[in-house]
Amino acid sequence: MLDDFLVRAGLAGFGLSLATGPLGAFVVWRRMAYFGDATAHAAILGVALALATDLPVGLGTLAVALLMAVTVATLAARGWAMDTTLGVLAHSALAFGLVAISFVHGVRTDLSAWLFGDILAVTRGDLAQIWGGAGLVAALLIWRWSALLTATLNGDLAHASGINPDRERLVLVLALAVVVAVALKVVGALLIAAMLIIPAAAARGMARSPESMAALAVGIGAVASIGGLGLSLWQDTPAGPSIIACAAVVFALSAIVGPLRRR
Amino acid sequence: MSRLPDRGRSMSLIAADHACVRFAGTEVLHDISLRVDPAEIVTIVGPNGSGKSTLLRALLGITPLAAGRVSRRAGLRIGYVPQRLQIDRTLPITARRFLSLPRRHPPAASAAALARVGVPEVADRQMADLSGGQFQRVLLARALLTEPDLLILDEPTQGLDQPGEAAFYRLIDELRHDTGCAVLMVSHDLHVVMSASDRVICLNGHICCEGTPQVVSHAPEYRAMFGLGTQGALALYRHEHDHDHTHDHTHDHGHDHGHGSARPRVGDPRGHGHA
Repeated sequence: MLDDFLVRAGLAGFGLSLATGPLGAFVVWRRMAYFGDATAHAAILGVALALATDLPVGLGTLAVALLMAVTVATLAARGWAMDTTLGVLAHSALAFGLVAISFVHGVRTDLSAWLFGDILAVTRGDLAQIWGGAGLVAALLIWRWSALLTATLNGDLAHASGINPDRERLVLVLALAVVVAVALKVVGALLIAAMLIIPAAAARGMARSPESMAALAVGIGAVASIGGLGLSLWQDTPAGPSIIACAAVVFALSAIVGPLRRR
Repeated sequence: MSRLPDRGRSMSLIAADHACVRFAGTEVLHDISLRVDPAEIVTIVGPNGSGKSTLLRALLGITPLAAGRVSRRAGLRIGYVPQRLQIDRTLPITARRFLSLPRRHPPAASAAALARVGVPEVADRQMADLSGGQFQRVLLARALLTEPDLLILDEPTQGLDQPGEAAFYRLIDELRHDTGCAVLMVSHDLHVVMSASDRVICLNGHICCEGTPQVVSHAPEYRAMFGLGTQGALALYRHEHDHDHTHDHTHDHGHDHGHGSARPRVGDPRGHGHA
């Protein structure tokens, strides 16, 4: 079954959604959209470093994404002006990554695969990586769910209940770095943050509880992956943007239908 | 337990012993010693920026102390109602689900807690859709579900209208009688302090004075801090009026008068400026 590249691509998209659904919900609730962007853009730098040093690409992106996520979280805790800081970090990481990758021989031609994803070329190894990483993130979020949710509502409230909000933030930072590393192959560095935010935002209009919002985001992410895959196959469009475009259509529908339903 | 020889070491629920808090080198709380005994209602009053919320956060262990210590009775259960909790509209959550964070409670217990605080009808409503008064009562219900020995409330009636505020404090008083829990709260509403507290602590970076509401309301430190002067009721009215709307005036003229005649807890001439 896994011999079929379409099956592998579909499974890759679905596997990624398992992580981006719940994590995306937290990104929306905690207003971490730009934070996700900065971490995702750093992945390109990770690709360049990995290729230059002959390390596995997954490891390189994971390390650099983790470094970026921890940097941003540390600066935020010290009270830096986050809008500007994140803008500087996100775009610098992308620029340095693109410059660095131009030095690596032979990559320039398939740079677009790193930027926009190449879901149709997912191998069995990639699939194992995606499901392993996404499964890890999903398990982590389910395990910490109650504490994460309390810390998201209010740090002091969490603290008074014996939860350390800084530790819960670190959990999300770790999860984000892992998701960036595994999502690179599917939607590409430029659109990882979109894969987090758009399904969760689309789920908001239909959800009445945090749990249902996360679950709906998983579903919407999976549907968008399959839809984008179809579009990519049918019209030979780039895979990542096709997936995000499908998610955006679902968001638009939910934005129109949601208020009507509530009436 | 507090090791202070001169105060109730046996009974206090929570006690601060010469506690200091510094932010970036600036001492915002200086040499705070206080205690809360079972079943008493203690209110902390003070101008904006006097460190009221910081003191609560230090007692809760959220803000680290630069010096001194905070001791709690072993196994003390605290129910905390934070100041101004805002739930983002992007987060869908019903009142019932909110009550079960972080620990799950049986639906019957949640329903009973909501009924106890007078809002049984909101269980299935979204938190973001509740009125200010309903929201505060749900927060209180959540605190009650932990069966606290001590309720800590940080300006719990902020944003409520006058009747709502009065009703909320009546509820607090009832809860104290029903459950026997102690209450430590921050307020800058003078009326409330006078009617609903057993003891008042007047804070302005340090503890200026403390005692029963009657004693404190006649203390020169208190009158100076709240600008009561010699104008009596009119000044009181004006003062409250200011507090309701502007929040930007300072009380720096505080301690020049009155140190001679009253019995301030901490006669610290340094303690004028507050952040």
